[in-house]
Amino acid sequence: MSAYEAIILTIITASTPLLLAAIGELVVERSGVLNLGIEGMMVMGAVCGFAAAHVSGSAWLGVIAAVMGGVAMSLLFALLTQTLITNQVATGLAITLLGLGLSGLIGSDFVGLPGVKLSNVSIPWLTELPYVGRLVFGQDPLVYVSIVLTAGVAYGLKYTRWGLIIRAVGQSHSSAHALGYRVIAVRYACIAFGGATSGLAGAYLSLVYTPQWIENMTAGRGWIALALGVFSTWLPGRLAAGAYLFGGVWILGLYAQAMGLGIPSQLLSSLPYVATILALVVISTNRRLSVINTPASLGQGFVPDR
Amino acid sequence: MQIVLEKRSQASSWMNVMSPVLAVSLTVIMGGLIFAAIGKPPLTALYLYFIDPLTSWWSIEEVLVKAGPLVLIGVGLAVCFKANVWNIGAEGQLTVGALMGAMVPILFGDWQGPWALVAMLLLGAVGGAMFAFIPAWLKTRFGVNEILTSLMLVYIAQLLLDWMVRGPWKDPHGFNFPKSVAFEGWHLLPMWGDGRMHLGLVIALVIALVLYWVMRNNLKGFEIRVVGSAPRAGAFAGFSQTKMVWFCFALSGALAGLAGLIEVAGPIGQLQPHISPNYGFTAIIVAFLGRLNPLGVVFAGLLLAVSYIGGEGVQIELGISDKTTQVFQGMLLFFILMCDTLILYRIRYLSAKPVTGSGDAS
Repeated sequence: MSAYEAIILTIITASTPLLLAAIGELVVERSGVLNLGIEGMMVMGAVCGFAAAHVSGSAWLGVIAAVMGGVAMSLLFALLTQTLITNQVATGLAITLLGLGLSGLIGSDFVGLPGVKLSNVSIPWLTELPYVGRLVFGQDPLVYVSIVLTAGVAYGLKYTRWGLIIRAVGQSHSSAHALGYRVIAVRYACIAFGGATSGLAGAYLSLVYTPQWIENMTAGRGWIALALGVFSTWLPGRLAAGAYLFGGVWILGLYAQAMGLGIPSQLLSSLPYVATILALVVISTNRRLSVINTPASLGQGFVPDR
Repeated sequence: MQIVLEKRSQASSWMNVMSPVLAVSLTVIMGGLIFAAIGKPPLTALYLYFIDPLTSWWSIEEVLVKAGPLVLIGVGLAVCFKANVWNIGAEGQLTVGALMGAMVPILFGDWQGPWALVAMLLLGAVGGAMFAFIPAWLKTRFGVNEILTSLMLVYIAQLLLDWMVRGPWKDPHGFNFPKSVAFEGWHLLPMWGDGRMHLGLVIALVIALVLYWVMRNNLKGFEIRVVGSAPRAGAFAGFSQTKMVWFCFALSGALAGLAGLIEVAGPIGQLQPHISPNYGFTAIIVAFLGRLNPLGVVFAGLLLAVSYIGGEGVQIELGISDKTTQVFQGMLLFFILMCDTLILYRIRYLSAKPVTGSGDAS
């Protein structure tokens, strides 16, 4: 495997969890809900995935458990924000704090134990192709899942009836309600979808990226995924590009550390966070871009008139 | 039968007081269930968690020591949230405040005397405020969401502290441990009791009382409430949203920075890679549990301080992971938000409606 292949492969592994979490949140935000709990759902996905895989020995059971963990947390969020009309910002924070605590509690028995790695796809002949084989046909399955999900969301939001309903609910929940759409049910579904992909993102961390359980192993990725939504102006294509860009920044920091250029490692570790802030500034400076796709009802609770 | 939420014509002040009580009760019940689920005696665990810390003078002192920073940060955040400004990076402001204040003992170690301590306290507050100005500036100048920026800055601040204590500010005689020189003399807060209680607690209480008075009787307090709850009305009254963002970040950042300095110049006594058990995030819970009211925050801070000490207690006595503390804190925020719904809404039980033929979408 040549050096360029290795670099691209590591960038993809660093980007995929960001992409997975962000694509779900994109749908959530398009439906007009701001879920700040990604970090919490993701870390719950990571711990559930690791635990299930470790106990059962099957990485795929781990993936399923991770999705369930993420969905469970997201449904708690939905219950509060949609049914009980709580403040979405505060509730999202609660999900994150609860998720970080709960994952630590569940994971305390799993610290330092060997994990199960989700094995890479291997297609006879195709994977062995020079240069591209390993990159195109030899990734782990979740990479393909992330790409299919992104394409599906892009297509679905733009061309399907469901996508139209989601966007309508996000733009003006009162109008959507008046048209007879069940705003709260749509939002529940979107939030659950976001929970599922965040759980997958967590599974990616504990089953592929570093197959073990480390406390707080999400390291702010959930928040970066959230920023990616803003950065992409809620367009799936741009979101994917942004995710790979950020994955690249993450890896750049690691490579520079490995090369030992005399730059403090902490400075390099802070790169993704600095890059996130810069990206947000750049995109927010462009008023037209940042306003045009922003769901008009983002973050507002909906109480139907009876 | 159907259960619906019905908007109250007026916010219920009774529920505003009862909601935290209800939330704490629910947290205790859920906590008991969790203890039972992991095979520990629930009642013993709950006793150790919530009552035992209050049974000896030693642990009461510990609770007060933990409550200090929580109250200090919590009152700042309460004002922020009241004004609908979302500073969730207090943990980072705390870290930078501690770093700034620590300049005095680390760079000017020979400067002793009361003024050195005053300078440390001021530098701590200034450091926190300056760091909080970054999200405030990005918000007011570029319209960048302050939630994301203030949070990203937490990671950056923690990495900065990590670098400082492993690099330039490492104690040269410290056997290569990642720690700064130990603070001495006037670089430490005056202590009393068994040597744990310190001046920081008094500072926290005084600031909480001052802010309580300001929020209640002063025009600034009125402005904060108006801008937060009715921004349009605030604009008509001539209150500037931009200035409010700056004010809130300055205040909450300064208080968080002060809390950080108080930690390193009080219980810790030097800089080290970890100076706070997530006070900056726990203070968010404190602010909500305290009804975004500075006086309420004092009580909420005490309660959450108990949860820290109780968490340590069950860890020692029953071998339960200290992560239970974080779980309890998360649950508490959860239940408080849930119960707060009852302030604005009441629960109505509707009997099954007779079929009327009118198309009811709900």
